[in-house]
Amino acid sequence: MSIQVNAIRSLFPILHQEVNGHPLIYFDNAATTQKPVAVLDAIQNYYEKDNSNIHRGAHTLADRATRQYEETRESVRTLLNAREAAEVIFTKGTTESINLVAKTFGSKFIQKGDEILISTLEHHSNIVPWQMLCEQNGAILKVIPITDSGELILEEFEKLLSNKTKLVSIVHASNALGTINPVKTIIAAAHAVGAKVLLDGAQSASHLEVDVQELDCDFLAFSAHKLYGPTGLGVLYGKRALLEEMPPFLGGGEMIREVTFEKTTYNTIPFKFEAGTPSIAEVIAFKPALDFIFTTGKKQILAHENDLLDYATGILRDVKGLIPVGTAPEKVAVFSFNIQSMHPYDVGQLLDAKGIAVRTGHHCTQPLMRRLGLEGTVRASFAVYNTRAEVDVFVQAVSKIASLKNK
Amino acid sequence: MSTIADIQNEIVSEFEILGEDRESTIFYIMELGGSLEPYPEDFRKDEYIIQGCQSKVWLVAEEQGGKVIYKADSNTDITKGLISLLIRVLNKRSPNEILEANLDFIPRIGMGNILGSQRSNGLAAMMNQMKRYALAFQTKQNA
Repeated sequence: MSIQVNAIRSLFPILHQEVNGHPLIYFDNAATTQKPVAVLDAIQNYYEKDNSNIHRGAHTLADRATRQYEETRESVRTLLNAREAAEVIFTKGTTESINLVAKTFGSKFIQKGDEILISTLEHHSNIVPWQMLCEQNGAILKVIPITDSGELILEEFEKLLSNKTKLVSIVHASNALGTINPVKTIIAAAHAVGAKVLLDGAQSASHLEVDVQELDCDFLAFSAHKLYGPTGLGVLYGKRALLEEMPPFLGGGEMIREVTFEKTTYNTIPFKFEAGTPSIAEVIAFKPALDFIFTTGKKQILAHENDLLDYATGILRDVKGLIPVGTAPEKVAVFSFNIQSMHPYDVGQLLDAKGIAVRTGHHCTQPLMRRLGLEGTVRASFAVYNTRAEVDVFVQAVSKIASLKNK
Repeated sequence: MSTIADIQNEIVSEFEILGEDRESTIFYIMELGGSLEPYPEDFRKDEYIIQGCQSKVWLVAEEQGGKVIYKADSNTDITKGLISLLIRVLNKRSPNEILEANLDFIPRIGMGNILGSQRSNGLAAMMNQMKRYALAFQTKQNA
């Protein structure tokens, strides 16, 4: 069954507005998605009726908040098909999730001379934490190269892999180009040399079926706000055995079992990694976002987004002066491009004048841009509520801009 | 010779003719960039790049007969247009005039609204750098 896009659009109040005198066309979904009204209601409802601190208070409100908070954890477990909800840790976002692994798994299991593999496609949040770790403990960071079309060179990956490799930390789908990496192959190869694998799922969790048991990844990080949920909330999935062996991340309340001035014993997972009062409202309001995804259906969402991507790619290819960036055959719904003789910022500003929101610049992937010899790109990224009619308006606007310098 | 205030008034009325349409305003700004004099390649170095701009902006100034001559360039057309406006207002003025200038044409043409906060900050950085050059020349003159 295909998606009823008008019915879906009616659930997103923000879409129904004019920007600079034109109906808003929101094509910056890889940066953050908009929120359905159920998410907004849940935030309002929580503060109006249930606000209280979780896991401790012996009163009704605390009980209600705790129950809802843990219900979201169970929903995330369902989303990822994790074995158990305790393997789902709430963080501030993908960035914090990766930093958590670098600080805890990294400090315990990665030593001087050990190697960490990442790829040229990584977002800065999957580069910098590893550089910081390497600086601290003398481990070595190695980078899997890519082709000009933006795909990993698997033969090179295999050459880099050795028994020195302790961790492969790799993006599932590239935020800048959309490339979907063959992560199942990568995970199997990494496990064969005894390395663990962290998947940066920031762009995949919302678009693809991510089954952590089937993939057999050791860690997966993503952010709620790219899955129609609130900002300031992320998830780290980790296999129980690993999470139990890892030292805590932050120290404080919630993460302890018993504190004396002589010694503190730590709580069990997931609480060991959730020190302090978490983003309770955001966690609770993430559940209706996940329900929206479950009700709409991941397969249907993906089919709709792929249709938009194929449709846009098909027409834009023929625009004179337009240069697509990232042409891997397997992509999430990201169309990155440049216009001959124009800076991406200028293109973005002209699209904004038409009410079209896109991302311009290096997309927090400066090493990738350097590899491609670019300063940046213009990136249009689609979500479930976008339409072919919006793509038509976008194509028209892009064609007009391209014609300025490409007669 | 018209004053800094006169030129600012001129610019404001030019933009008024364009009206509310944001796209034509941006096209106009981009066109203005084309009128910038070529930037001297010897000064296309990192030390001449203005910090605080998202796009790259090179700016250099020299003093000729008590007046400040600015040369600037950018890698984006919109920014080039903005620079050309600043140069039109401040070029070939004495350091005193530049330092005392009240550059109000930018808010008056609603530029902050058109450009968004990132580019407006860049514009402010450009203006400050131009005034810094003027201050340096003034100090030299008074020495």
